[in-house]
Amino acid sequence: MSSTDALASQPSGPRRSTMPREVARRRRGGGPPPGGGAGRGWHPMLGAGLLPRVLSVLALILMAGVWLLPLAWGVDTSFKSEVDASSGAGDWIPAAGFTLAAYREIFAQGNLPVWALNSLLIGVAVTVLTVVVSALAAYALSRGLFRGRRALLAVTVASIMVPPQILIVPLFRQMLAMNLVDTYAAVILPQVVAPVMVYILKKFFDAVPRELEEAARIDGAGSVRIFVSVVLPLSRPILAAVSIFVFITTWNNFLWPFIITSDPTLMTLPVGLSSVKDSYGLQNAQASAASVLAAIPLLVVFMLFQRQIVKSVATTGLGGQ
Amino acid sequence: MSSVPTVGGPAAVDGTRPSAKRRRRGVPGGGGPSADGAPGGVKSRGGASRGAGWPFVVPFLVFFVLFLVVPLGFGLWMSLTDSSLTGNGDSTFAGLDNYTEAFTDSEVWQSLGNTAWFTLLSSVPLVLFALVMALLVHTGLPGQWIWRLSFFAPYLLPVAVVTQVWGMLYQPELGLFNTMLKAVGIDGIGWVVEEKYAMWSVALLTLWWTVGFNFLLYLAALQSVPDHLYEAAALDGAGAWRRLWSITLPQLRRTTGLIAVLQVLASLKVFDQIYLLTKGGPAGSTRPILEYIYDTGFTNYRLGYASAVSYVFFAIVLILSLAQLGLFSRRED
Repeated sequence: MSSTDALASQPSGPRRSTMPREVARRRRGGGPPPGGGAGRGWHPMLGAGLLPRVLSVLALILMAGVWLLPLAWGVDTSFKSEVDASSGAGDWIPAAGFTLAAYREIFAQGNLPVWALNSLLIGVAVTVLTVVVSALAAYALSRGLFRGRRALLAVTVASIMVPPQILIVPLFRQMLAMNLVDTYAAVILPQVVAPVMVYILKKFFDAVPRELEEAARIDGAGSVRIFVSVVLPLSRPILAAVSIFVFITTWNNFLWPFIITSDPTLMTLPVGLSSVKDSYGLQNAQASAASVLAAIPLLVVFMLFQRQIVKSVATTGLGGQ
Repeated sequence: MSSVPTVGGPAAVDGTRPSAKRRRRGVPGGGGPSADGAPGGVKSRGGASRGAGWPFVVPFLVFFVLFLVVPLGFGLWMSLTDSSLTGNGDSTFAGLDNYTEAFTDSEVWQSLGNTAWFTLLSSVPLVLFALVMALLVHTGLPGQWIWRLSFFAPYLLPVAVVTQVWGMLYQPELGLFNTMLKAVGIDGIGWVVEEKYAMWSVALLTLWWTVGFNFLLYLAALQSVPDHLYEAAALDGAGAWRRLWSITLPQLRRTTGLIAVLQVLASLKVFDQIYLLTKGGPAGSTRPILEYIYDTGFTNYRLGYASAVSYVFFAIVLILSLAQLGLFSRRED
């Protein structure tokens, strides 16, 4: 069976055994499993022993701790005075005590909210455009609604192999010729091309049952009507997955917005923050405060929509850095 | 391409597997009554309704042509000229000059070598750590969301945030890492300022930042390993280690192949974190090929030459993709 087909189809956590506990226990040679009671003694991967469990718990705590350390350090630094952050010897507790000065400075300079708003606007625009444009094309490709679908499908799938980064040079020249450098349009439009998403959506539509569509067609509904009121509602999970994925990717995209914008009021968060870092040199506390503020929105979104995000990464099964 | 085998239908989302019959009917040309868009299930091969789908496709086609096909072709043309960033009509045809220059340019070879070195340094741990994390989290300790957040949160951070925090951790004199090393009596090292350590530091940052994605893929795959396999093995007296080696890892083989393919392709495209953390230094020891393309095009204004190097890189990615795809699909059979 295809393991990826079943990705995310199960709720989190190990699946409960389907074999009656009693039978399993008796066959294991009688006697209740150590720790018995309510069938909680035995774990599919770890078995019944205490040692594997203790070791895995310790390893998990250790690893999670290591992974959280850089985040904790960033947050810690953002609450230091600039002197402590830039000259301290890596102390967690600053000599001059914790302070909100860095945050006050960041808000006083005022660019961060603009960048966050730009990131949000651009992220939403790219996501909406990509999902609409890709879903329409994917539906037509899936249902064979036009001539030349085989050719278009082949070209689309082949183009997945083009690394978008190699297009920046000609794209920049194109934008120059179209007089679009330093505009929202120039940031947004090239990011809408997502052959991968067309392919994912097409695969999904392929498996959507036709009966409802046929019924709607008999009732006299046209293709557009059927797509909007029959197919799209059935496709909510995959549309959510694709949307979340496109949004995260766009929100964090650096190279293209970095190249095409030089006006600070047009910059996205990653681009704006990198310019702060450049101009401030070693202003660690302020840069950290800005980083904390920039990190909060997606972390909040993640905590709210954890399940859907986990699913979306698992179902779409692709991504980059 | 690499994503092709991974994609599931609705089965992947709602857990219900569409019947094979429906799948077959979904195959184009398979003769599903509505496949032609003809009303009432009447088949009309080549009928008027065959063109009815074009309005659906046109928006995508416009974007696809304008922002993928045109730049791809334009870039190829530019790579044959000496066009620069300034001025529009002053470029002259240069034939294959740019390509011959690229092949003799030691900086191209160095940055390609850096890219390959980074890909090797980052890919292996990015697969292994993701696997270990997923195995640990899957053992079902309470507070699942905390563990998932710990490992996945870095993936959500903008690159500028990641490089800012790690830049502080890596600072030679004041950085947390060297402070911790000194506390246990080890001399600090020049994480990003010494040539021999810089690429390792970049790979370490990348591991921390992006491993969460692979971790989620592994976690999802683990959840689909049926429990009865473990039970059967336990009845045969297999211990925890034995079950890991004989059941879990073999069941994850497909996922591992997929993650490895995706990871290599992602690592080859490294640019952002290196540009922001080290600017490619010290002494060009971390500069990847994409940064060389960026520098050539946007700092030295040699767009034609930058395009030629882009195409050399594209050719390499293409060859590797196809090779991996072949390897990957053969392993599946």
